[in-house]
Amino acid sequence: MVFKRFVEVGRVVLVTYGEHRGKLGVIVDVVDQNRVLVDGPQTGLPRHTINFKSLALTPFQVKIQHGSRTGVVRKALEEKKLMEQWKSTLWYKKLCSRENRRKLGDFERFKLMIAKKKKAAMVNGQVKKLKSHS
Amino acid sequence: MKAWLHQYSVVGRKIPTQEEPEPPIYRLKIFAPNVVNAKSRFWYFLRKLKRVKKSSGEILNISEIFEKKSTQVKNYGIWIRYKSRSDTINMYREYRDVTVNGAVEQMYKDMSGRHRARWSSIWVLKAMPVAAKDCRRSKVTQFHDSKIKFALPHMRPRAPLKKYNTPFKAKRPTTIVQ
Repeated sequence: MVFKRFVEVGRVVLVTYGEHRGKLGVIVDVVDQNRVLVDGPQTGLPRHTINFKSLALTPFQVKIQHGSRTGVVRKALEEKKLMEQWKSTLWYKKLCSRENRRKLGDFERFKLMIAKKKKAAMVNGQVKKLKSHS
Repeated sequence: MKAWLHQYSVVGRKIPTQEEPEPPIYRLKIFAPNVVNAKSRFWYFLRKLKRVKKSSGEILNISEIFEKKSTQVKNYGIWIRYKSRSDTINMYREYRDVTVNGAVEQMYKDMSGRHRARWSSIWVLKAMPVAAKDCRRSKVTQFHDSKIKFALPHMRPRAPLKKYNTPFKAKRPTTIVQ
């Protein structure tokens, strides 16, 4: 098994649990076998220690030294245009769509169901047509 | 993580009398969950160490000591004395944390786990940051690597908040993220 995402200084992480869930941050230092010091100046994630259990490692990385201050972290993130990179990932889009769906009311969910049915009917119609041609 | 312990500086002395108009003043740094407990601990130690009791003494000042840099990882050395079931033992322990309060908290939890030592049987003699070169315990020194890197081979996906926890899932979770 080959791992590609590691707990290391400069690794970009997503907070998945608690008050700051959904915020992106960077590992600034490793405290011990359970916790890291994270900082997320662009997403409003305060610089604090956090347990691995409430983190998800992303494939992104920035170049910083261990114990870098918030300003340095911000600069590194901006240089790499990290937020834009993150927003183009399928992971982020999935999170967004899940959030959007959660916000829907009962009637809106019903409208979505109808729209989905319409779409499926259109697709299936086309598939049938293509099948009968061949 | 919200700190359970706080560090207080407590200053007190014996109440001045005609025989002793200027009694010596003592200051102790005490780890306690709140001010009330800190005062109680202060009198406990003074009673043991200096023969001064609460009934004949007064507290001159009590203030909380805050960490100067609570966003920097440090190594803390903690010197303790604890009463085991058979003996009184002096100990030196090391922890990595961002605040001394956090390190002392870790110590209490560690001691309760490893030695079944209760809060009441542990005296914190000294707790202070230790330079990396002076650290002795491999548990701490193994993290003294500016290019430290390790994988998390088993990660259990977690509900975003405790209230969203469910006892059963329709799908088996993916625990490996490469």
